[in-house]
Amino acid sequence: MEKELKVAALRNGTVIDHIPADKLYQVVFMLHLDTCDNQITIGNNLESAKIGKKGIIKIAGKVFAEDETNKIALIAPNAKINIIKDYQVIEKRPLSLPDEIHEIAQCNNPNCITNHQNISTFFNVIKDETGTMLKCHYCERLIKLEEVKIK
Amino acid sequence: MSNRSLVSISDYNKEEILEILDAAADFEANPNRSTLKGKVIATLFFEPSTRTRLSFETAVLRLGGSVIGFSDAATSSSVKGETLNDTIRMVSCYADAIVMRHPFEGAARYAAEISPVPIINAGDGANQHPSQTLLDLYSILKTQGTLENLKICVAGDLKYGRTVHSLIMAMSYFHPTFRFIAPEELKLNEEYRIFCLMNNIPFEETTELNDNINDADILYMTRVQRERFQDLMEYERVKNVYTLKNSMLENTKPNLRILHPLPRVSEIAPDVDKNEKAYYFQQAQNGLYIRQAIISKVLSV
Repeated sequence: MEKELKVAALRNGTVIDHIPADKLYQVVFMLHLDTCDNQITIGNNLESAKIGKKGIIKIAGKVFAEDETNKIALIAPNAKINIIKDYQVIEKRPLSLPDEIHEIAQCNNPNCITNHQNISTFFNVIKDETGTMLKCHYCERLIKLEEVKIK
Repeated sequence: MSNRSLVSISDYNKEEILEILDAAADFEANPNRSTLKGKVIATLFFEPSTRTRLSFETAVLRLGGSVIGFSDAATSSSVKGETLNDTIRMVSCYADAIVMRHPFEGAARYAAEISPVPIINAGDGANQHPSQTLLDLYSILKTQGTLENLKICVAGDLKYGRTVHSLIMAMSYFHPTFRFIAPEELKLNEEYRIFCLMNNIPFEETTELNDNINDADILYMTRVQRERFQDLMEYERVKNVYTLKNSMLENTKPNLRILHPLPRVSEIAPDVDKNEKAYYFQQAQNGLYIRQAIISKVLSV
């Protein structure tokens, strides 16, 4: 953490750390950072003792709502969200998958109506002893978390 | 938005299922009524299904209602590129309820969300076909006198067969014991095995039809489709193993009844038809009363 703060020197904003390197750009698009006007620092393929190669995103002057950051749990459940104020971490926000996922995921079922007509996707998050799955609200197909496709 | 639509068998709880079965028995005793007089029901069949469409249309006509619609997407404006959204909104201006069959899974749920009139799902791809499930339950109730504590053997395509999946879900209220009989390629999906475990429904799995039906109250047969097999040799083998012949019924229980959602291909030999345990044609007829009950329920008449 000490090293990270030296590099970042983020005064106010959000740091998303420990994103698996191959998921970094999915997180960028999921949070619409490609069209965001704030100052953004993106680092990728950084050495990480925990996950090998990691990505990190620092967004200055912006604190994301929890339902925004919770979307990240869908593709990078072990990412770390830190909210920074006056160079200090004022909140370490745990990621938890929301009960409903709208829009961001795509149904894996090629025969699902949402893959053929202009319909917003909608999944319910199902948690039981066998793990976490998404259930398509329309075609009722169950999708394992690791098989979820992001739009 | 209407919450009276019937999209999935899970839209009805146990009480509502029993209510439909009760109503169906009433309609069977007296199928010709005029409770739908002045009502227009649309049957939108984006893929052909003559059997289901005729059953729904007969149900409407015998209740004194009128029918509009199409029996094939080729004769509808969807061939011109009209979205499902637009078709549903347009038809709901004319009809009091919409019966819909669609090739894509989830189409009925979507239609129910945008339609101001109730939607009855008559099959959305491989997903749900609740009127079939309810008529299966009605057939079981009629032939056994109860839905409780029955031994149900389900044979054939348990992987893709949607009627099987819905039957398991609907029967889960009534303490059944299942035996799932399927070739390795078509065995029951993990999802429904977990469903049984979580709902404390005892079940066993085997790959042979033969003697495994002797303790059954209901034998539910499904079609084994050639297109499910990579290896055609394997298909030929399986097809023969899963053909029910009259001789195989010799040691079965007297109350056993054989159900099949139809159409059958080769999985039930023609010599079974004359056995009193064959029930699949009456089962199809029960569909009429069930559909009368469903239409009446969604329209509250």
